[in-house]
Amino acid sequence: MRKIYGVPGGEVLELDYPAVADYLTGFLRRELAWRGYEKGLVAVSGGVDSATTLALAVRALGPENVHALALPHAESDPRSLADARRVAEAFGVELEVVDITAMVEGYAALRPDITPHRKGNVKARARMIVLFDLSVAYHALPLGTGNKTERLFGYFTWHGDDAPPVNPLGDLYKTQVWGLAEELGVPEEVRKKPPTADLIPGQTDEDDLGIAYVRADVILEHYLKGYPDRYIEALGYRPEEIRRVKELVNRTHYKRHLPTVAVVSTTAIHEFYLRPLDFRIELE
Amino acid sequence: MVRHAVLQLAPEKGQVKKNLARLEAALAELAEDAPEVVVLPEAFPTGYFLQGGVRELALAVEALGERLDAIRRRVWEGPLDLVIGFYEKDEREGAYYNAAAYFELGGRGLLHLHRKVFLPTYGVFDEERYLSRGHAVRAFDTRFGRAAILICEDFWHSITSTLAALDGAEVIYVPSASPARGFFGPRPANVERWRELAKSVAAEHGLYVVLASLVGSEAGKGMSGGSLVASPEGRILAEAPVFEEAALVVDLDFDRIPPVRYDNPMLADLKSGLPLLFNDLKRVVEAL
Repeated sequence: MRKIYGVPGGEVLELDYPAVADYLTGFLRRELAWRGYEKGLVAVSGGVDSATTLALAVRALGPENVHALALPHAESDPRSLADARRVAEAFGVELEVVDITAMVEGYAALRPDITPHRKGNVKARARMIVLFDLSVAYHALPLGTGNKTERLFGYFTWHGDDAPPVNPLGDLYKTQVWGLAEELGVPEEVRKKPPTADLIPGQTDEDDLGIAYVRADVILEHYLKGYPDRYIEALGYRPEEIRRVKELVNRTHYKRHLPTVAVVSTTAIHEFYLRPLDFRIELE
Repeated sequence: MVRHAVLQLAPEKGQVKKNLARLEAALAELAEDAPEVVVLPEAFPTGYFLQGGVRELALAVEALGERLDAIRRRVWEGPLDLVIGFYEKDEREGAYYNAAAYFELGGRGLLHLHRKVFLPTYGVFDEERYLSRGHAVRAFDTRFGRAAILICEDFWHSITSTLAALDGAEVIYVPSASPARGFFGPRPANVERWRELAKSVAAEHGLYVVLASLVGSEAGKGMSGGSLVASPEGRILAEAPVFEEAALVVDLDFDRIPPVRYDNPMLADLKSGLPLLFNDLKRVVEAL
C-alpha cells in the first residue's frame, strides 16, 4: 500500500520574494504618483533595511530618480559608511554624504548631562531633519526603511526613523527583509552582518532586544494572530523569550500611533472623524 | 453570444468626476470591440476605502444612471448594459449602501440594484461601521438572459450564488475590491482564493461568473485585480493580470448552459434535494 503523509498546516513566514519585490516596486510607483512625486530619497545606513528600500526605489523609479544619503556622525562605525557606499554602488546611485556631527554636537554641547541613549535619539532626529529638508530641495519623497519587527518592538526613535511618509518594508519582519534583500541583490556583506542601529558605539540590535530575530519573528507572528503561549512553547520557544516579545510589543503601542489628543467633541479627528490618508474630494 | 467587457480600472480616491471621465475614455477605447455588457468593479466611482467619507461621496442610483447615460450618449452608438459597483445613498432613508447597479443605458434604465449583504468588518475591513446591509439576493432579467449581482464578500458565501442559481441566474456579476495579502506564491493568496471560488461556483451551478476586481494602491492597500470570466464548466475564459489596469473582452454563449447543465446536473439535483434539506436549514437558521 502506498502511504502518503500530509504536511501539517501552520503559519508561514517564508514569502515568494520575487512576487514581493514586484509588488513593492509597484507600491512605490503608485504611492509616489498620486502624491505628485517622481523621485525618492533614501537615507542609507549601510544596513540591510535601507539597502533593501534603496533597491526597491531604484527598481521602481530608476537610479536617476533616487537620491541616496549617508548621514554619518563622528561616533558612527566607519564600516557603516563603507557599507553605505557599497550599497549605493551596487544599485548605481550616487551617494551624497551629509555629516550630522556638527548638528548633533551643537545641541549636545548645550546639554552636558546628555547620555549615550539620548544622544542616539538626537542623531536619529537630526537625520530626519536632513531627510525632510533635502526632500524639499530635491522634490523627492523620503522613503522609510523600518521593518515590522522593529516597529512592533518600538525599536526606533519616535518621530525619527519612523517619520518617512511611505515605507515599503513596514509589514515585513526582519527575517523577511533578509529574504527580499537577497532577491534584490543586496551585497552579501550587508545582508550577513549583525544588524545595528549604530547610534551608540558597539551596540547590536539583538543584544539590545535580548532575542534573535529568527526566533522573535516566529513568536511575533503567532502572538499577533492570537495563538496562546502554550502553542508557541510547543513550537520550541522558551517562556522567557515569549514574555520578552510580548513585553516589547505591549510597552510600545503608543509609538505606532499619533500623539494622544483629549477627545471633547463628536468630531474628534481619528476618533469620530475618520478619513483615509489618500482621501480627497473634488471641490466645486 | 453576448459580448462582455470587464473593465479592471484604478480609480483615484474620491475623484468621482475624474473617474467617470476615465470610464468614458475606456468606453471610447472599447467601442471597436462593441461589447453589449460592460462590468466595473466595486466602488469604482470613488475607490474602496473611504471610512466616514462614504457620506460625502455616495451617489443616488438615479443620479448615477443619468451621469452614465450622458457618458454613453457621448461615446456609444445604441444601447449599452453596464454593471457598476458604487457607494449608494438612499436619501429618504438617510442610509448608505455598498451597492451595484445593472443599467440598460439607452433602454429601460435601471434593471436591478443589489445592496451588499455581507459587509466585511474584520481585519482591514470596516464596512458595517459606515454602511447598512442589503437584505436580498435576487436574479433579474436582462435583454440577454437572467442575471444576478453579488458584491465581493457576498460571493465568498456559497449560499448566495446558490440562491442566485436557484432563482434562474445564468450569469453572476461580481464587482469586487480585494486588497492583496498573503505573498506565499507568485500571486497573492486572496487572488488565488477568488480564482478557485469563481471556478467552483461556475461549475457547481453551470453558469457564468464575471468578476470585476478593482486595482490601484489605497494608502498602502494594493487592490489586487485578477478579474476573470469563468464558464459554466468552471473554465477560465479570460483573466486579467494582478495590480494593473486591463480590459477583458469575452463572448458569453448562454446557449451552452443547457448542454453543460445536462452533462453535470448539479443544479437540477439541488432543486430535487434542497426540499429534503429545507427543514434542517430552517432548524439551524432558527437556532441562530
